Amino acid sequence: MSAADTVATSAGTARRTSARPDPRTEPKSVRRRNAGLGLLAWVAAVLFALPILWMVLTSLHSEGDAATNPPSLLAPLTLGSYKEFFGGGGGATPWVSLANSATASVVSTLFVLLLSLPAAFALSIRPVKKWTDVLFFFLSTKMLPIVAGILPIFLFARNTGLLDNVWLLVILYTSMNLPIAVWMMQSFLAEIPVALIEAAQIDGARLPVILARVVAPIAMPGIAATSLICFIFSWNEMLFARVLTGTVAQTAPVFLTGFITSQGLFLAKVCAASLVISLPVLAAGFAAQDKLVQGLSLGAVK
Amino acid sequence: MTTAITTTAGSGAQRGTAPGRSTQPSAKLANWVRRAPLLPALVFMVIVTQLPMVATLGISVFDWNALYPKDRKFSGLSNYGKVLGDPALRNSVLTTIALTVVVVLASLVIGLLLALLLDRRFKGRGVVRTLLIAPFLLVPVAAALLWKHVLYNPEYGLFNGLLHWVFGDSAAQPDWVAQMPLGAVEASLVWQWTPFMMLILLAGLQSRPADAIEAARIDGADAWQIFRFITLPHLRRYLELGALLGTIYIVQNFDAVFTITSGGLGTANLPYTIYETFYQGHEYGLASAAGVLVVIGSIAVATFALRVVSSLFSEEAHS
Repeated sequence: MSAADTVATSAGTARRTSARPDPRTEPKSVRRRNAGLGLLAWVAAVLFALPILWMVLTSLHSEGDAATNPPSLLAPLTLGSYKEFFGGGGGATPWVSLANSATASVVSTLFVLLLSLPAAFALSIRPVKKWTDVLFFFLSTKMLPIVAGILPIFLFARNTGLLDNVWLLVILYTSMNLPIAVWMMQSFLAEIPVALIEAAQIDGARLPVILARVVAPIAMPGIAATSLICFIFSWNEMLFARVLTGTVAQTAPVFLTGFITSQGLFLAKVCAASLVISLPVLAAGFAAQDKLVQGLSLGAVK
Repeated sequence: MTTAITTTAGSGAQRGTAPGRSTQPSAKLANWVRRAPLLPALVFMVIVTQLPMVATLGISVFDWNALYPKDRKFSGLSNYGKVLGDPALRNSVLTTIALTVVVVLASLVIGLLLALLLDRRFKGRGVVRTLLIAPFLLVPVAAALLWKHVLYNPEYGLFNGLLHWVFGDSAAQPDWVAQMPLGAVEASLVWQWTPFMMLILLAGLQSRPADAIEAARIDGADAWQIFRFITLPHLRRYLELGALLGTIYIVQNFDAVFTITSGGLGTANLPYTIYETFYQGHEYGLASAAGVLVVIGSIAVATFALRVVSSLFSEEAHS
């Protein structure tokens, strides 16, 4: 497999045609300006992240300290809100909705992989005729607003008893993410050097072997990134979940909508709940950071 | 070379055909073998995404209120007339356009500035990038709750808290959501979508041809000239792509409007209005007619969007 690695890395370095010159050859004035603008970038980044940092701090304050004006920055820290959130604190516990979200996101992502990998194969490595047309059909479904098709889906679910059933969300989230995954996978598989597959063939390797030992290792980072992005979109989804689920199949974002109307002193609890429910997305997003742009731009930006 | 693979891989399927017979059926068979991996995904998408649209079209020509199911009757195009004549729906069209244009443009401009700042070497660049991406990685409902309660709250929100802190007891304490409802929704969305634009534009900046910039610098071009005549033209496609993808997502936004204002105070956009029409108003026929009109509008935008993506795509293929 060393040949594959060399080709992959050389392709990677060739693509990284950055406009940034070597720091050792940069003149002093450029370096000083870069440091100054770097400082500005730091200020901008802290300002941007300030609401989130404030949310973290608020979640660790008691409800009384969280709702003061001017804000109490140095109030004692407590995990009370998190305990209350997970314990339910008299209200609904989040466990059911977290489990539903996990099921809907993970299972739909698996379905997406199962359907998109062969499809991408037929659109890149061994392309069908008019494969670009097929690719654009997938993309066009992404541009139809969800809200325009949700009523028939609601009626269908009500008539078949699928309302408030997490499997309906699994199917819908699969259809929501499949176009994205097909585009991403296609762009990742198309990057595999043709010569590599040919060489394996000359060596007498059959298709399954080529898939397992040539295609899979090179495509693996792309497959992982695709999965993470599909997971994020499913986890975030709220409109389908809001209309099609009730108490049984409620997902985490729907659970959060319970906080829309103010309920006295509840800022710390809102922050704790929002952070816990966002945690899987933050983790998946940072794990996929390098491929995030490629995924979100449907493979158009590398 | 693709044919080479096909013949080897297709040989399994062709084994049944005796040699010497016409090649027509086996070629057809090979074509189907080629298409087979594609079919499950294609069939699934047609069933799950296209059938509901056809059903929406069907429902849209009925006078159908779910509270009076017995009164359901065919009503031709009258729903469309009602939708187009309904001031609330017309307003929601304008709200959708305003929301989308403001959010996409503002997040593009801020995203461009941030991308330009990040496109250099400095200490902690990775941390800065991570901090900047974070807003995009909050669950949309959670981000909207954060803005609604933690930042905008007139009594103890962070904004008024900071005003109090800086200007003392006489500081203004505006009720942000009540005084500028659409602006409040827009600000939260700009905050969430700027990282997305920044990432796309940063990728664009880093794919600039280094030699052209070097040549311009040697010819005496200053930083502004390099930006105006090399960077910006190069970024055009990335700006277009960011604007179009952003538009697709923001036009459909439901979470922020639902969470921050619940569609009140003139912030109801089309997705929210349609949701309300069928979910709370139970007017299935009207909601479907509105849905069909939204689809027609989306097709207009999408045709344009697909053309841009397609040109970017073919450029990528040629490079």
